[in-house]
Amino acid sequence: MKSGKFAAWAAMILGVAYFLAPLIATFEFSLRMRRGEYSFDAYRVVLASGNFRDSFFYSTVLAFVTIIVGVLVVVPTAYWVQLRLPRLRGLVEFITLLPLVVPAIVLVFGYIKLYGSSSILPLTATSLGADALLMFGYVGLGLPYMYRSVETALRSIDVRTLTEAAESQGAGIFTILFHIILPNIRSGILSGAFLTFAIVIGEFTFASLLDRPAFGPYLQLIGASKAYEPSALAIIAFALTWACMGLIQLFGSGVRFSVDKP
Amino acid sequence: MTTVATPTTRVPRFPNAAAWIGVAPFFVFAVMFLILPTASLLVGAFQDHDGAFTLSNLARLWQPSILHSYSLSIEVSIASAFFGALIGLALAIAALRGGLPAWVRPTLMTFSGVASNFAGVPLAFAFMATLGRLGFVTILLRGVGVDLYASGFSLFTFTGLTLTYLYFQIPLMVLVIAPAIDGLKTEWSEAADILGAGRLQYWRMIVLPILWPSVLGASLLLFANAFGAIATAYALTGSFLNIVPILLYAQIRGDVLHDPNLGYALAFGMLLITGLSNVAYLYLRARSDRWLK
Amino acid sequence: MSFLALTGIRKTFGAHAVVRDFNLSVERGEFVTFLGPSGCGKTTTLRMIAGFEAPSAGEIRINGQDVTHLRANKRAIGMVFQSYALFPNMTVAANIGFGLKVARRPAADLKARVDEMLAMIKLPQLAERYPYQLSGGQQQRVSLARALAPSPQILLLDEPLSALDARIRVSLREEIRALQRKLGITTIFVTHDQEEALSMSDRVVVMNEGAIEQVGTPSEIYNAPVSRFVASFVGTLNLLNGRIVDASSGAIDIDGQRATTARKLNGAKPGDILPMALRPEALRIGVGGDDRNTLAGVIEDVAFLGAVVRVRVRLAEAAVIIDTFNTGANDLPALGAPITVNFGRDDLIPLLAH
Repeated sequence: MKSGKFAAWAAMILGVAYFLAPLIATFEFSLRMRRGEYSFDAYRVVLASGNFRDSFFYSTVLAFVTIIVGVLVVVPTAYWVQLRLPRLRGLVEFITLLPLVVPAIVLVFGYIKLYGSSSILPLTATSLGADALLMFGYVGLGLPYMYRSVETALRSIDVRTLTEAAESQGAGIFTILFHIILPNIRSGILSGAFLTFAIVIGEFTFASLLDRPAFGPYLQLIGASKAYEPSALAIIAFALTWACMGLIQLFGSGVRFSVDKP
Repeated sequence: MTTVATPTTRVPRFPNAAAWIGVAPFFVFAVMFLILPTASLLVGAFQDHDGAFTLSNLARLWQPSILHSYSLSIEVSIASAFFGALIGLALAIAALRGGLPAWVRPTLMTFSGVASNFAGVPLAFAFMATLGRLGFVTILLRGVGVDLYASGFSLFTFTGLTLTYLYFQIPLMVLVIAPAIDGLKTEWSEAADILGAGRLQYWRMIVLPILWPSVLGASLLLFANAFGAIATAYALTGSFLNIVPILLYAQIRGDVLHDPNLGYALAFGMLLITGLSNVAYLYLRARSDRWLK
Repeated sequence: MSFLALTGIRKTFGAHAVVRDFNLSVERGEFVTFLGPSGCGKTTTLRMIAGFEAPSAGEIRINGQDVTHLRANKRAIGMVFQSYALFPNMTVAANIGFGLKVARRPAADLKARVDEMLAMIKLPQLAERYPYQLSGGQQQRVSLARALAPSPQILLLDEPLSALDARIRVSLREEIRALQRKLGITTIFVTHDQEEALSMSDRVVVMNEGAIEQVGTPSEIYNAPVSRFVASFVGTLNLLNGRIVDASSGAIDIDGQRATTARKLNGAKPGDILPMALRPEALRIGVGGDDRNTLAGVIEDVAFLGAVVRVRVRLAEAAVIIDTFNTGANDLPALGAPITVNFGRDDLIPLLAH
């Protein structure tokens, strides 16, 4: 149908315009640091800044730890639920939905109340405790995606047969999980990992309220005080997110990235 | 004498005890870092300073400034959900069913994946660079004679915030509604065609009725998403626009009179709203799934 | 004049011709089946009749009118799809009445017609159900009623039984045929199942790789296949290599034994080797009369198939399969025993080299 196609193209072009405009604008703005000519000065200043490097490093390390803890929590659970405890499936899926229902600000508020300086487990009192709290919060934020990624990957391999085959060879549970199951769901884990990374790097609410020197609060601080650097940072952040998504496509399984709640 | 092995039912090498131990970390994590924190807030909303049961915290939500916050939050969420849903739906239909070249769809889906995560502080910066006083588009429009700021527009208002929220709401809609649109079988359109229906009749009598539960459900998801968002608003307007998350943020930070119980009540109100929206979304989804088998 | 005429129909996708030079003339009220393997072009041709695909060349006429470039929703054709394609948001009654609703028929007429259709498919009690509550067979019958409700001039069915259980398939195909006879509607049926094609059709069009191999009645297709493809696609077949001894008298040499065929051996010269088709049920055990052919061999395999006992006989190098009715006698032929089989001269069918 001719008119149908025209309308479709029109919609796409308008959509593209809306979505590209801020990116172009931001990029253009970020080049304006040097008066009168375009330059990459803003980027140079940002990348040379000690604060940038420190906060980026902090968030990156935190992201890695989050991913590892996330994998350690999610993979055995998904494995056992599929293999031995199918009745728990509904409950587990409900739990993985919670981070999507409970807004981040409410959740971190709960952390402060429960683990604040006047509580039984005063995690916020120490720097390491607060780091740990932040990390667990991030594991929670990434949980829905990590769990679904891993679960989908597990379903595509025959968990039962692999386990039985390994058992008959005399393998113990740790061997099975780490040497047989894990390598086969690598793509699901990678999808979840890259997504977690994207979430952690840009996250503001948790980091700010738990008073941690992460990348998110650093971004906000720069925005409040500088003119051109924020735009450069925004472009860097966007490029990073693109890279993560691209890597998911490349290494991830055909796990469709849709925010489809189970 | 030889003993004959009697066949027994196969005993699993890993008894269920191992399974329970295996899932324990997950549940410990969930309890400690998801369930208890939330529950403790909910309980705190009904407690006074001494821990006795009270409804006074909730009653105190009924002050003009707080009610104004909630209504502002709800308005921004409804606006960004409504337009996000409409525009996202149009884009999704155009890309998935509009007869466009094959590369359009994966590009749109990947971009939506990126853009729906590009929220928070960087997004605020991007929109300031676009529609701020010295923004790219502002200057462009002034060049063709349209002075945005003279006509009262400002990025740091309800309209500006909604416009900014759309940047992640629209892609979220595309991602959520894509499966439903994919579920529209081509045979239905062909069957309608051969039975004499025109394009408009097909859309009106078949597509819309089939899609509306999914669209409504997705809108609710968008609503809840906008309602709980804070980073974008904070980076964009500071505490200028007093949406509920920002109110809560200030409470937690101690920027206002440190009144934790009021904070708990605020959190309870937020949770009620996002919780109900999500339940409604899940119900609508289950319903349309059953229809479409 | 024929009711449905396809002339010179051709469909190409890029460089690949999916349908090549398709010519067919269908009389009013005829039940014609397009039969062939996947990818032979039968569904594409059906879709061109429906109007979902435009032919790259050629003309389609219905009742004298040129519909080649007419939109699908203006052709007054009914279609039944393999996946039923019932509208999930509408009840059975609403689905059936859809074509009439779209044509803006008055509500009373619509209700009467829907009730009539429901009675015709014998499912009046399901009127208010939704498709997801019905079984596959029920959905397909509703689909049929929906296609027929607006009284179309032609009925098209695209492998309607392929998604159903074997048992339902048989009862439903009888129902479809009975309905079609009663209504007298011109019908085109597409299938890859030769049993369906043979049992339901007035005529069968056998297709292969986009071209028509043979058009004929089921009996013609089965008993007088013109090519190796048709012979082997329809029914089980013995394919023997026969060396021509004398073309005019029909003398053939099969694996060192003499046989005679009563069929024409156009242009064949002595010494030529032609594939010969021989149906398993045409063979009888024992020595036949003088006017019948006789072959001698050794029993190699016996398969008990229920109604039929299938015996494989090894000649010198070739083997023949014989299908004999199960007479209820408990003793089956013994493996390795010598056996003689006979068949009529008419039963040995030379095939064009394909």
